[in-house]
Amino acid sequence: MEWLVAVAIAVMTAVGVFLSLSGRTFPVVLGMAMLTYATNLFLFCTGRLAVNQPDIVTTPDAAHADPIPQALVLTAIVISFGMTALTLVLAVRGFFESGSDDVDLLGPEQEIARERT
Amino acid sequence: MNHWIILPILLPAIVAPLLALAVRHDLVLARTFSVGAMVLLVILGMRQLGMAADGTIRTYELGGWSSPFGIVLVLDRLSALMLLLTSVLGLFVLLYAISGCDQRGAHFHSLYLFQIMGLNGAFLTGDLFNLFVFFEILLIASYGLMVHAGGAARTRAGIQYVIINLVGSTIFLIALGLIYGVTGTLNMADFARRLDSIPAGDQALLSIGATLLLVVFSIKAALMPLQFWLPGTYANTSGPVAALFSIMTKVGAYAIIRIFLLAYGETAGEHAFFVKQWLLPMAVATLLLGMTGVLAARSLGQQASFAALGSMGMMFLAVATFSLDSQTAALYYMLHSTFAIAALFLLVDAVVIRRPGFGDALILAPRFRHIGLIAAMFFITAIAVLGLPPLSGFVGKLLVLNAVTENANWGWLWGAVLGGSLLGLVGFALSGSLVFWKSGQTDQLLIPDTVVTPDSTHPVSAAVNYSGKPMSANIVLPMVAIGCLLATIVLLTGFPGLVLRYLDATSQQLFAPHHYQAAVLGEAFPAEPPTRLEDA
Repeated sequence: MEWLVAVAIAVMTAVGVFLSLSGRTFPVVLGMAMLTYATNLFLFCTGRLAVNQPDIVTTPDAAHADPIPQALVLTAIVISFGMTALTLVLAVRGFFESGSDDVDLLGPEQEIARERT
Repeated sequence: MNHWIILPILLPAIVAPLLALAVRHDLVLARTFSVGAMVLLVILGMRQLGMAADGTIRTYELGGWSSPFGIVLVLDRLSALMLLLTSVLGLFVLLYAISGCDQRGAHFHSLYLFQIMGLNGAFLTGDLFNLFVFFEILLIASYGLMVHAGGAARTRAGIQYVIINLVGSTIFLIALGLIYGVTGTLNMADFARRLDSIPAGDQALLSIGATLLLVVFSIKAALMPLQFWLPGTYANTSGPVAALFSIMTKVGAYAIIRIFLLAYGETAGEHAFFVKQWLLPMAVATLLLGMTGVLAARSLGQQASFAALGSMGMMFLAVATFSLDSQTAALYYMLHSTFAIAALFLLVDAVVIRRPGFGDALILAPRFRHIGLIAAMFFITAIAVLGLPPLSGFVGKLLVLNAVTENANWGWLWGAVLGGSLLGLVGFALSGSLVFWKSGQTDQLLIPDTVVTPDSTHPVSAAVNYSGKPMSANIVLPMVAIGCLLATIVLLTGFPGLVLRYLDATSQQLFAPHHYQAAVLGEAFPAEPPTRLEDA
């Protein structure tokens, strides 16, 4: 199971890095989403992989799952979900305002020239 | 428990939603509330500073959960200093913003206070994951502020800013995961305690985690080679927001100082000060890049951004030396540069508003209104930013120069500082004479302040308000705000002894991490440092 989870995280991270290095906003947003999925899964695994274990300790020596990473990953999911939505809104607005989904910036002279045409 | 400690987080957390929900259509009321909140925060900051000055490290356990299990807020000298710095800067920048900038977009005041809340939280928290959460709060607010008033260039710069910070947050989470997975704690003090008892097999993972933390904080502090987000962001956002952002890089610096002195200080054995080998070259590169950028910039906004970059390099030269004196120098320079850079960004904004069609681009333009006063202010601010006598930048630079002599090859560091200053000096002389001196050699006032067409929303000609009406170029309040920032610099110059005494005590507290650990973990104050320290 460790092997499977590790490969899943690795593939998602690789896809995320590849996509977020592209020059247009939509693939970058997708890449960021993949990266955050990979991170959330990784964070979830830091409590060690345990199947069918209770996360509330009732007897001191009983095997149990670590509840802290689960709480952390919940926070991280909420934040990354909100951030993905925000990035999408910004990307759409940037597209409509500048007529291009290129992520690069123009220099000040080019901006002035663009504005005057 | 001392409930004063949590108030700098609670106060903006209560006022900000109130502004967003209840008084969103009443600009006067919103301004009153946010300025009132900032004034209260300044008073609170002074009180906290007074409390922390006695050297006691006070903790506040949220919900009564005892540390290391619950989240704990810690007020020591450094936190109190950062709180006061944030609130004073926030108040002055807000004074500038309410002269008109705040009506160019929705929810300015609410976002502003959320940003202050995130900053205060980041400075107070004693928990690594909580630090992440407060980072996110201040970042989410800053995303809104960054694209405030909109415009094509600003929105596109905003996308870059958001994406880079999202990558930063991802790395932060991975680092936290590694640290929790190895040490089983997220409390900073407990983390520092447990470093000794990590099995050898896990050391590599822990080192990766700690180095990733350094990467994240370096992104925030805009250290070369992770600085690429800063110039585009600061140069494209509105002036007051860029001025407030001058504290954002300091959050990264604060986090580096806090965590690496606490956990990887003298007591960390073979890992002691392991960040030094990375930080010192990064600082030199940042300083030189920033000052070269000042010379090469094609607009005043870019120039101010690169000056901000250079000031971070300068500060980190001192931080990376890792000694008592250098820490004091770094803190003094941080106070100075925060105010100086903020004043510079506000002045750039004052120029942008008055040069419609030309903005802050370094091209010859007709004369604009109030050019004499703004030129004089720009001159003083440039002197402060460059660290020329007689302002506090000079004192700060002397302190830094003196402190870096503890490094082996300090001659090169001196060369970097002095050469960088020369580059910056030439850059500011060029831009100042182009924008102020040479402007409008016809000697006529060519631009009335109301020629702007309502559809131009780009920062280059953003002198229209939210409802599309042309803005009047009000002069009194903006100049009062910039004057206050410059007055703070004069105070720093006038009373260096008073300031340095506090900062010296702060450094001593930072270099005694076992006191912090004992205070947070609720133990008795150790009369003697642990044996390990005595050996060293």
